[in-house]
Amino acid sequence: MAKQLIVGAEAIKAKGWFGAYKWLILRRISQLSILGLFLLPVLPGRLSESTGGFFASFWNSLLDQWPSLEGMWVVKGNLAASMTLDVLPLTDPHILLQAIFAGVEPHRDAIIGVIIVIGFYLLVSGRVYCSWVCPVNMVTDAASWLRRKLGIKSSARITRSTRYWMLGLTLVLPLVTGSIVWELFNPVSMLFRGIVFGLGTAWVLVLSVFLFDLLVSKDGWCGRLCPVGAFYSLLGTKSPLRVVATKREACDDCMDCFAVCPEAQVIKPALKGESKGIGPVILSSNCTNCGRCIDVCAKDVFNFGSRFSGVEMNKVSGTAGQQHNPG
Amino acid sequence: MSDSGKDKTRTVNRRQFMGDMLKTACGVGLMGVGLGFYANKADSLPAMAIRPPGALPEDEFLGACIRCGLCVRDCPYDILKLGQLGDDVPTGTPYFTSRTGPCEMCVDIPCIPVCPTNALDHSLTEIKDARMGLAVLVDQESCIAFLGLRCEVCFNICPIRGEAISLEYQHNDRSGKHALFIPVVHSDACTGCGLCEKACILEEAAIKIFPMHLAKGELGRHYRIGWDEKDKAGKSLVTPDIEHQYNLPEGVRYDLQGKGLIFESEGSDELPISSNPLDTLNRGLEDK
Ligand code: SF4
Ligand code: SF4
Ligand code: SF4
Ligand code: SF4
Ligand code: SF4
Repeated sequence: MAKQLIVGAEAIKAKGWFGAYKWLILRRISQLSILGLFLLPVLPGRLSESTGGFFASFWNSLLDQWPSLEGMWVVKGNLAASMTLDVLPLTDPHILLQAIFAGVEPHRDAIIGVIIVIGFYLLVSGRVYCSWVCPVNMVTDAASWLRRKLGIKSSARITRSTRYWMLGLTLVLPLVTGSIVWELFNPVSMLFRGIVFGLGTAWVLVLSVFLFDLLVSKDGWCGRLCPVGAFYSLLGTKSPLRVVATKREACDDCMDCFAVCPEAQVIKPALKGESKGIGPVILSSNCTNCGRCIDVCAKDVFNFGSRFSGVEMNKVSGTAGQQHNPG
Repeated sequence: MSDSGKDKTRTVNRRQFMGDMLKTACGVGLMGVGLGFYANKADSLPAMAIRPPGALPEDEFLGACIRCGLCVRDCPYDILKLGQLGDDVPTGTPYFTSRTGPCEMCVDIPCIPVCPTNALDHSLTEIKDARMGLAVLVDQESCIAFLGLRCEVCFNICPIRGEAISLEYQHNDRSGKHALFIPVVHSDACTGCGLCEKACILEEAAIKIFPMHLAKGELGRHYRIGWDEKDKAGKSLVTPDIEHQYNLPEGVRYDLQGKGLIFESEGSDELPISSNPLDTLNRGLEDK
């Protein structure tokens, strides 16, 4: 029990505070600046070169070139669909799919946008969305942190595959009703859209997610129910970017990574599977690539790598190939 | 995807696994029914919330709008809002309120081409063809035009003045000698932009924009309007009109459904019938 209260203490001792929170800080910067970009209202007009210095003259020359820049939103829209600087469309594939099931024929921008987004997540692993973009992640991370602090152990038994049923539901509902039903409830789009366009009473929904994770079920929302995460996990089944337990032999069984990981079940095969001939790559597409296991390990067991690094590992150590896919 | 097993030990037997699965499926299924019902209720749009130009019919719109807010951002007059949880408007969908921020009917309709899903129909390129709703002069008791005063503010502000809204003259019964200038909206031209509702000088507007389905009546499908059908066919579709014969003094005709009495000798000084009724009444008596 006492152990639970000081998760990561050894890592802080070994690597310093910044070293033990590096990826977490980067993730928060990423999540907040994505939100920030949508909120940055409009680009400024001509700046005074006497006070603005180099940047001002640079900006003014840009304005001479493209006068339409003045007063333009940096990013318009929200995560469902957005337009950056009037050139880069991005579209959320899960929401667009719901719309298509409701009978929509998307326009060119939406199609280009969705191709870019799918391509990106195929590359970096789908659930990077969860840990680097999604605003609800900050809420559920906070709940999980408080859960550890308060030592709350009880957790309702909701299987982690529930999310795939939920995903199915979000796609069946528009088929049946012809309306994008899930987006009336989705706390992910609700929170993001809320911050950008006005929250209304959506905070109640966000608070319930927080309380649900804190009091009812450990990692309950993101880890068991959220169909958005489920959708993105499917995108990431074959993605090259993965966390690898490169120095797994150095693991001293402190269990800190299991304590902080929102998908603790994904770690074991890679970390402890050497004897069974399982490679060190965390292959499960439900690993969110959050990097907390990297931060929290005093022995620097984990690192970002590629899914193929495991194959080489196995060659080196002479064990059988990567047959086991824990995802 | 098969990570469900990780929560349990390896000894979980097949039956238990199937049971869990069934429970989850049932739970999620029930939830789906709940969400569906709630959505059905939450999807109704209040009368005062008007969709942007080109919006598909409401039920299709709710299947098409992905609630991205791009239309909101590209409206130069900043009139569009996204419904928030707790509002009466389906969460996340765009609308405007005519009384506070009407659609200014931009000629290039910038809100439409940015819509990624055709929830705002891209085939609408002429703003005058938009039908966001319909202006209705709902309260003839407080509209001051009906009181005999010259207002016509709604008429004057209308971007399609004369077509969407016109002034009809009526007799002012109260004063007996003035005209009423009554604003009348025509659904074949009104876009429902709401500029008239915004402009109405009253405390509470007498002219309001309603969604089409609230503003318009509909004739029974079997209903045919006789004179329209006659015009279309070019002739009467029932027994042809018989020519009426009237027993009238010379030089006078009677046009039924038309001008009424016609004095053929118009222009000449002498009328076939004297305007003095005594002449007619005394006719015959004089001759004696
Ligand atoms: S395994 Fe590591 S990177 Fe993956 S979700 Fe867990 S803590 Fe995050
Ligand atoms: S037509 Fe113009 S004023 Fe009206 S909603 Fe669209 S952008 Fe806004
Ligand atoms: S741009 Fe289209 S999809 Fe986006 S909020 Fe407006 S109507 Fe909905
Ligand atoms: S809503 Fe009013 S102002 Fe707009 S077109 Fe109709 S009558 Fe004219
Ligand atoms: S502006 Fe209002 S009060 Fe004036 S004529 Fe129009 S409806 Fe009547």
